[in-house]
Amino acid sequence: MTKIKSLADLKAMKQSIQDKIDTRQKGNAEGLAHVKVAMATCGIAAGAKQVMDYMMVETEKRGMDVVFTQTGCMGYCHAEPTIEVTLPGKEPIVFGYVDLKKADEIIEKYIRDGELVDGIIPVNYQTINK
Amino acid sequence: MHLLVCGGTGCNASKSQEIAETLKSNLKDKGLENEVQVILTGCFGFCEKGPIVKIMPDNTFYTEVKPEDAADIVEEHVIKGRKVTRLLYTDPENKQHVADSKHMGFYKKQLRIALRNCGFIDPQNIEEYVGADGYTALAKCLGEMTPEQVINEIKLSGLRGRGGGGFPTGLKWEIAAKHEADQKYVVCNADEGDPGAFMDRSILEGDPHSVLEAMTINGYAIKATKGLIYIRAEYPLAINRLLTAIGQAREYGLLGKDILGSGFDFDIELRYGAGAFVCGEETALIHSMEGNRGEPTFKPPFPAESGYNNKPTNVNNVETYANIPIIINKGAEWFSKIGTEKSKGTKVFALAGQINNVGLIEVPMGITLREIIYEIGGGIKGGRDFKAAQTGGPSGGCLTTKHLDTPIDYDNLVAAGSMMGSGGMVVMDDTSCMVAIAKFYLEFTVEESCGKCTPCRVGNKRLYEILEKITKGNGTMEDLDTLRNLGRVIKDTALCGLGQTSPNPVISTIENFYDEYVEHIKDKKCRAGVCKSLMQYIIDPVQCVGCTACARNCPVNAIQGEKKMPHFIDKELCIKCGACIEKCKFNAISIQ
Repeated sequence: MTKIKSLADLKAMKQSIQDKIDTRQKGNAEGLAHVKVAMATCGIAAGAKQVMDYMMVETEKRGMDVVFTQTGCMGYCHAEPTIEVTLPGKEPIVFGYVDLKKADEIIEKYIRDGELVDGIIPVNYQTINK
Repeated sequence: MHLLVCGGTGCNASKSQEIAETLKSNLKDKGLENEVQVILTGCFGFCEKGPIVKIMPDNTFYTEVKPEDAADIVEEHVIKGRKVTRLLYTDPENKQHVADSKHMGFYKKQLRIALRNCGFIDPQNIEEYVGADGYTALAKCLGEMTPEQVINEIKLSGLRGRGGGGFPTGLKWEIAAKHEADQKYVVCNADEGDPGAFMDRSILEGDPHSVLEAMTINGYAIKATKGLIYIRAEYPLAINRLLTAIGQAREYGLLGKDILGSGFDFDIELRYGAGAFVCGEETALIHSMEGNRGEPTFKPPFPAESGYNNKPTNVNNVETYANIPIIINKGAEWFSKIGTEKSKGTKVFALAGQINNVGLIEVPMGITLREIIYEIGGGIKGGRDFKAAQTGGPSGGCLTTKHLDTPIDYDNLVAAGSMMGSGGMVVMDDTSCMVAIAKFYLEFTVEESCGKCTPCRVGNKRLYEILEKITKGNGTMEDLDTLRNLGRVIKDTALCGLGQTSPNPVISTIENFYDEYVEHIKDKKCRAGVCKSLMQYIIDPVQCVGCTACARNCPVNAIQGEKKMPHFIDKELCIKCGACIEKCKFNAISIQ
């Protein structure tokens, strides 16, 4: 990786990444679904790692192309493990209390067919980024 | 189309399950069950106006819905596409119906600044941080601002230390900048030790680069070239992610020599702590980093003058640092518009205890306890009554029902006998005994006192013993005066912040729950049923049929009696474990 030497470098890098992130947020050309798993210590302790592993293996087995990333704490301690699923062209949706059974349901219903399932955590905060 | 019905505890208690069922059957009657789905969700955080039904994708937000409204929602909204006006949320200020949830005020209750990237970006990928405006604040400082301008911007923002004390951050930087030396240090205090607080860990695990960026800015502002993060070894994942982040930042040239071509050098290393509470105090922290015992020393000299290796050192908390890049990017004026007059910005709280939505929340300063507990927190578990909220951990005190509408900021909390602390907030209901709570925190301080100064080492121990005596039912009214006087002496004479604040939980609970202390002393009663020594298990001879179930299950053989004759409990032997109550099928055993 070349070093960032100036503000211009940083801005160029930001722009290229921003484009990548935007496509990921809004769903890219191939229409990949994107799953973020909250993996702070507490999330992992509640089973987030198993859920992520399970979903990665299962989506692959079922021939579904899904992008997985880990992220930090989402703040919903009462509903760990939590995951955020973004389908192409849709608003991100956070699901709480995701055990393996719920993960299976989310893969089959939401990711495959776009049908919501129980256990959605509504967004109730504002952020400064958007 | 989706109908989202709140399945949170609060709404569930007011029939949200039944609403969902009725909606489903109504949809079925119209033959729409395959096109429209009814989904139960987690708490919307607006329990005051529950039950909530939200219609997607048009974001219509119905409040206080009853099962009998289901027919209208299906008939009007789903089929005819007309909103059911009477169920819409009415804005309390302009009395207008609000059709779209995005325009509702309660969404503004939480504002994520320090947590802006937590749960959004991949913490182990520097590119994602850069994509989220990361390192632009650093570039701005190095390229466009002088160190004095940076300090001035932080001063103007009104940011105060988020570790507990609330010292103005800009002022701290200014003092450190004034002291000339061949080497200065920037230290990030990640020794988070309050029971129940975990915001620093969450930030380090979810957004480590924001802290690295802020420390580099801090270094530039005070002309320091070395940064140290003092983190407890008990946070392995946070350490891991920090190391990854530092490695990436070096690789990209954002740490190291000649950062962004500006000629400024800065690098960061980690120092591990063994998890002592006192090491959160800055002088103790510095001694621990130097390889000495983690004991505080007298201030002055302040670390800004003589800190790590006797060089000028600036110590700030993780959450404080997480605020820095955004202040530089958006400007001091933007930041100072959030919050109250003397406390600017937001505060992250770890909401715990007897509350429905336990979680990590970030709220603007000046929010009330009522809003935190009943709107964001979803109310008290099991619909019980709120009794107290403990803020500031072992250094803080209790807020009670009379503080529910007090705006929360540094100064109001101190005035209420508590403090901001690092942001733990433990919510308690009527099953919590306040004497036992005070004892719990004292037990913690006694354990964590480093022992250097007498008031803290001996004084806290005595406070603890008196509380122990009261919870055992041996207290006297004089003990209350002793607690108060001794507490005051410790506060005035202890060496560091730990001792100076450790009596707070005792003083605050005596102040707010005097009756409860008196009950323990005079009536030998614990109304919450927590203090075991003050409880008695009694078998009602009328109800008891002599089945012997209790006697057979008593682990200490404290229950005696003939078969088919009423049994009795030997109070001397009874350990009050409650096993007999669980086994009795005739409700013959009670606690008094």
